[in-house]
Amino acid sequence: MYNASDLRKGLKIQINKEPYIIIDFQFSKPGKGQALYRCKLKNMISGVIVDRTYRSVDTFEPANLEERKMQYLYNQGEEFFFMDLENYEQITLNSDQVGEARNFLVDNLEVEISFFDNRPIGITLPNFVDLKVVSADPWAKGDSVSGDSKPVTLETGYKLRVPPFIEEGSKITVDTRTGEYATRVKE
Amino acid sequence: MLPGSKNNSSPGELERLAGKKPALQLRAKVLQALRLFFISHGYLEVETPFLIPAPAPEAHIDAVRAGDAFLHTSPELCMKRLLCAGYPKIFQICACFRNNERGNLHLPQFTLLEWYRLGANYFELMKECEDMVNFVSNHLGMGSKIKYQSLELDLKAPWQRTSVQEAFARHASLSMEEALKRESFDRVMVEEIEPKLGSPKPTFLYDYPASHAALARLNKKEPGFAERFELYAAGLELANAFSELTDAEEQKKRFEKEREKRRREGKDVYPMPERFLKALSHMPEAAGIAFGVDRLVMLFADTPCIDKVVAFSPEEL
Repeated sequence: MYNASDLRKGLKIQINKEPYIIIDFQFSKPGKGQALYRCKLKNMISGVIVDRTYRSVDTFEPANLEERKMQYLYNQGEEFFFMDLENYEQITLNSDQVGEARNFLVDNLEVEISFFDNRPIGITLPNFVDLKVVSADPWAKGDSVSGDSKPVTLETGYKLRVPPFIEEGSKITVDTRTGEYATRVKE
Repeated sequence: MLPGSKNNSSPGELERLAGKKPALQLRAKVLQALRLFFISHGYLEVETPFLIPAPAPEAHIDAVRAGDAFLHTSPELCMKRLLCAGYPKIFQICACFRNNERGNLHLPQFTLLEWYRLGANYFELMKECEDMVNFVSNHLGMGSKIKYQSLELDLKAPWQRTSVQEAFARHASLSMEEALKRESFDRVMVEEIEPKLGSPKPTFLYDYPASHAALARLNKKEPGFAERFELYAAGLELANAFSELTDAEEQKKRFEKEREKRRREGKDVYPMPERFLKALSHMPEAAGIAFGVDRLVMLFADTPCIDKVVAFSPEEL
């Protein structure tokens, strides 16, 4: 059982017996008012997205899912292939089911695949993934308040801002929960 | 790190802390400017204890217990006791603690600026907010036109003044009276109204329903409303202010009501702040305001996340 204070992006809960994942979360508290937990939830089966606002008294059942460790193999268009490392069984997820995780999927990455009724429906990434920088613009000194940073593109096509000392060809660690740069990988 | 995340270990820890330097330098400058402003306007800086026996019993503000006492949720009660004793203009910048508040705009420990003025009402505090924020912006060398999360913000006074009732009529799918009846006032405020407030000019949202202001004076002409305002800039809530309630009897009744709400919801019920109530019967007309310092820094740093403007979030400890 979860309380409202457990709600956060990535948490999987059950609504009307179906599994939902929180894809966006905001804690709000209008001055002197009650705490409100605003969630954007994706139905992990149908892909339908709904907005819900919960109060601190609300409680939630965890989604009834089986999690299995699998390895990412490759993608073919909109299909992503994974393999169970124990029994070598292969499964596929479509791009909608993979969602934002595609930004951080590199070959051979170990991930968790969620099964509902023996059907694979979702993916959970490790919190940190190492990815290669394939293109980096030269650094233009910008506004110093948000910190000096520059945009780069990773091997997955994902773009993000990193410190100026990161060069093309370097490997960096990315926090998959926020999509933000964490550190440079020392080779 | 994501708010609410339970994972404490993280690579790049030192690098991330070092990366906060520009924001922390900005924060230090904001704090300096705030002190300069209030001292030059004749305010006395005070420090009241963090550890107190009885926080204000408000329905939706949860205090952190510390042994037999509590960490203060705001310095309000102690500062008002100083007001009652004849300190005409006081301010304080201090850490405050509130349980169960964590999100992009909330930290369980955060920094409040509070100031109180004898003989003033809430409309005079609006004027002071305009002066103070412009003073800070000039001190930072940022002038009167800034941007927050790609919204234009024009700090030049006067700012927008909108009553709560008008805001419902203009931005919400139902009237304020209807929202109160359906107990959806807070939800409509957060979902439909707040995002539309405070751009291009910051907005003072004023005259709250009497039920939504435990420590504010009721409007003499319209007793259904309390003389309270909230300040918004580009959708971001910055401050809460009111003409202070100075009727000790009435204050006690309201505290009883708030305590009853807490009891009904199964929340911790705090002792009645008796010494504050006793002092209140000596309080002349006054107004006071609580201004979120972290939020003000967020505004000037143009960041949507409060974690970026403090050295450590709770998950980074």
